[in-house]
Amino acid sequence: MKKLLTAFVGSMALAAAPVAMSAEANKELKMAYDADPVTLDIHEQLSGGMLQLSHMTFDPLLRWTKDLGFEPRLAESWERVDENTMRFKLREGVTFHSGNELTTKDVKFTFDRLKQSQDYKAIFKPFSELKVIDDYTFELVTSEPYPLLLNTATYIFPMDSEFYTGETENGQSKSAIVKHGNSFASENLSGTGPYVITGRQQGVRVEFERFDDYWDTESPGNVGKIVLTPIKENNTRVSALLSGGVDFIAPVPPTDLERIRRDKNADLVTMSGTRIILFHMNQDRVEAFKNPKVREAIAYAINQEGIAAKIMKGFATPAAQMSPAGYQGHNDALAPRFDVAKAQELMKEAGYEDGFTITMMAPNNRYVNDDKIAQAVAAMLARINIKVDLKTLPKAQYWPEYDARAADMMMIGWHADTEDSANFFEFLTFCPDADSGAGQYNAGNYCNPEIDALVNKANVETDLDKRAEMLKEVEQRLYDDAAFVPLHWQDLAWASKKNVKIEPILNVMNFPYLGDLVVE
Amino acid sequence: MLAFLVQRISQAVLVMFVISVIAFAIQDGLGDPLQQMVGMSVSQEEREALRDEMGLNDPLVVQYLRFAGNALQGDLGTSYFYGKPTLDVILEHLPATLELVIGASLIILVFSVPIGVYAAIRPQAWLSKFFMGVSTVGISIPVFLTAIVLIQLFSIGVTVDWFPEDAGWGQWLNAALSTQGGLPSYGRGDDLTPLFGTWNSGFFSQGGILHLVLPSVSLASIMLPLFIRLIRAEMMEVLQSDYIRYARAKGLSSPRINFLHALKNTMLPVITVGGVQIGIMVAYTILTETVFQWPGVGLMFLEAITRSDIPLIVAYLMVVGLIFVITNTVVDLVYGLVNPTVKLTGKKA
Repeated sequence: MKKLLTAFVGSMALAAAPVAMSAEANKELKMAYDADPVTLDIHEQLSGGMLQLSHMTFDPLLRWTKDLGFEPRLAESWERVDENTMRFKLREGVTFHSGNELTTKDVKFTFDRLKQSQDYKAIFKPFSELKVIDDYTFELVTSEPYPLLLNTATYIFPMDSEFYTGETENGQSKSAIVKHGNSFASENLSGTGPYVITGRQQGVRVEFERFDDYWDTESPGNVGKIVLTPIKENNTRVSALLSGGVDFIAPVPPTDLERIRRDKNADLVTMSGTRIILFHMNQDRVEAFKNPKVREAIAYAINQEGIAAKIMKGFATPAAQMSPAGYQGHNDALAPRFDVAKAQELMKEAGYEDGFTITMMAPNNRYVNDDKIAQAVAAMLARINIKVDLKTLPKAQYWPEYDARAADMMMIGWHADTEDSANFFEFLTFCPDADSGAGQYNAGNYCNPEIDALVNKANVETDLDKRAEMLKEVEQRLYDDAAFVPLHWQDLAWASKKNVKIEPILNVMNFPYLGDLVVE
Repeated sequence: MLAFLVQRISQAVLVMFVISVIAFAIQDGLGDPLQQMVGMSVSQEEREALRDEMGLNDPLVVQYLRFAGNALQGDLGTSYFYGKPTLDVILEHLPATLELVIGASLIILVFSVPIGVYAAIRPQAWLSKFFMGVSTVGISIPVFLTAIVLIQLFSIGVTVDWFPEDAGWGQWLNAALSTQGGLPSYGRGDDLTPLFGTWNSGFFSQGGILHLVLPSVSLASIMLPLFIRLIRAEMMEVLQSDYIRYARAKGLSSPRINFLHALKNTMLPVITVGGVQIGIMVAYTILTETVFQWPGVGLMFLEAITRSDIPLIVAYLMVVGLIFVITNTVVDLVYGLVNPTVKLTGKKA
C-alpha cells in the first residue's frame, strides 16, 4: 500500500503543478456496480468483476473491440511464426505504477503466474511456453495448433514482476495466489493501466486516480478520478443515478429500463449479451429424456419469444443455440421452435401421451428473473402433460445441488471465457468425464462422441473459416438432437448521466474501457 | 448485585454457546463457500483440494471444536470474503450501524414524547386522531417500502402536473405536491470525521448528516408509532391515577401536572422498553441498510449469507447475541437503580 500511497502523493503533487495533461484529465466519475472487486489480485478469481478491475488498473496485450475483433494494447503487433507459435512485439516505454519499466520479463512472469492460478490454468492449458526473445519480443507457443491463441492472449495483463517478487514482512511470497485469506497481491497493485487505486474499503468504496505516466496518451479519456461504490440492491442503484448521486451504473435491472429511458437527464445503453440461459434434461435420471422425441417435444413446448417478451420485458434475445451472434459457431439458420400441437404430437409418438412427473431446480438470485423463468417453463411443460415439481434456491445453495445433479431439469447460464463457441460445448454438452473435466456442467448427461470429436477437431483448426463451419455444424446437430433447452441470451444494460459518454467504451464482454471514457 | 452479574455472565456464555452450535449446525444449509471464490471452470479436483486446505472436509464436530478452541482465545475465525479476522470486520462495520441507530433514536425521542403526551391529554382532538391514524399506517408499512417512497420523494424528486398550470390555484397545488429531491440516496458519503480506531463519524459534517437523514427516518418509521402509542397509553393511565386527581384538586396548573408529575412516571416503563427496543432496532437495520447501501453490520451480514461466508455469519450472530445480553442486563440494572424495590436475582435481595 505504501507504494500506492507514494504514487498517490506524487500524482497530487503533479496535479498541483500546471501540467497540461492534468488539466485534461480532471473529471470525476462516481459509478455504482452491483459488486466491488473481491481482491486486487487479478489472478485469484476469474470473473466479470475481476476483468473489469484488470482493464482499469492493468492493460492486456491486446483487447476486444466492439465487433469482437482485436486491437493492440501492450503488444504493438503480432505475427504467426509457425502453426504453433505467435510472435509478439511489446510496446516500448511503458511504465508500471511503481515506476518500473515494462519488458518481456514481466510478461513471462505473468504468464507463469497464470499457469499457477487455479482459475486460469484451464484456459492456459493449450500453451506450452512463453519464449522470451529479447526485452521487447516474445513468442507464445502452444503444444498443438490453437485457433484461440489471440482470444486467450486478451487475458494476459502484464504484472510488475519486480513489484510482485520477494517476500513480505511475515515471510510470505509476494507472488503467491491465495484464495482465502490475505496475500500481498490481494492488497497491493502495480499495473500499467490508466488508473491507480488510491483508497479501498472492501464492500464500501474503491477510489481510483488517473495514472500520470499512462502510456496511452492518444486515449480521449478525461476522467481523473473514479469512485466505485458497490450497490447490490437494484432499486437503490437506479435511484442513485436518478437522484444524481452517481454518474454511471451497471447493470440496469429490466424493470427499470423504461424509467431510465423516460428520464431526460439519463442515457441508457443496451446490448444483446453473450450469456446463454438454458435447461438441461437429465437422461440418467429420467428414462423418457433418452428419447429424442421427448426432448424435441419439450423444445417445441417452450416459448422462448414469450419468455423474452413477457418475463424479461424484451430484455433478452430468444435463443435456439448456445453461440450468440458474432461467435464463430453462431448458426443463422436456427430459430426457436414453438408449437404446442406439434409438441403434443411428438409426446404421443414417443408413447408419453399421458405425460410424466419430473423435478426441476433453478437458482433464484443468480440470473435475471431466473425463478420466474423456471415457473413459466414449468407451466409450459404442463401443456404437454409433464408435471413439474419445481424448487428454486439461492445461488449459494443451488450450485452444490447442481454439482450433485439433484433434479431432472436444471437451469444454468453460461458465458464463454474464451468468447468462443467451443467453450460452451466443452462444459455443457461434452460427454461428462471426471478425469479430463469435460462436460463438467453437463447436467443433462447428454453424450454424443461424434459431436465431441467434431469440436475437438475444430479446436486445432487454425483456418478460422473452416473452423466456423465445423462449429456451426455442431450447433445444428445439437439442435436436431434437442440436446438441451436453450432459452435466451441475457441482454446487457448500462446507464449514465447525459454528459457521461459511455456508449463508445462499452462492449458485450461487459468490461467498460473506462480509461477511454469522455465526460463532457 | 454481584450475584445478578454472575448469573448474567453465565447466561451470556450459555447464549453464545447455543448460538455457535446452531450457527455451526446450519452451515451445511448455507451453501458452498467455495462457489463464490472460484470461477465456474475450475475443476472438481481443484475444488476438493481447496476444501481440504480450508478444513471444510473435516467432520462438523472437528470443525466446531477447532472453532471453539480458537474462540476461547478470542479468535472468531477469518472471513473468507474479507480475508481478515471476523471481529475486525464486524468492528469496522459497527460504527455505521450504531450511528444509524442513534440517528433513528434521536428522531424517535424528539417526536414520540410531545406527540404521545399531546395525544394523551387531548385524546379527542382531531390532531390526536390524525397522529394515531398515521401511526397505525406507519406500523403496518414495511421499512423497505417506506425507504423506497422516501427516496423517490426526497432524493429523486417528484414533479406533479395534475392540475392546470395556467390557473393560479393549479400552479400552487402542483408546486405544493412536487418535491425537489436532492437528498443522498445511498451510503454514508465522503465527509466522515475520524473519531478513534476504525470509527469514522458522519455526525460532524453537513454531508454526513444529510446522508443520515433518509436511512434514519426509515428506520425510525417502525419504532416511532410504537413509542407514540406506548407513551400515550402510559400517560393516559397515569392521568387517571389518584395523585394526579389530587394535584388537580389542589389547583396546580395543567402544564405543571402534565409535564412534571405525570410525564416523569410515564417515562419509567418507556425507558425500560426503549432499551430493549434499541437492541431490536439493530436487527431492523438489516432491511434499512440494504435499501440504502448503508455500510453497516446489517448489510455485511446479509452479504455474508449470500456468499456463504460462514465464519463471518457465526461471528456476527455471536456479537449480536452479546449485544442483546448486555442491553438487557444494563436495562435491568438501570431499572433496579431507579426502582430499588425490584429484586434483581429473584432470590434474596
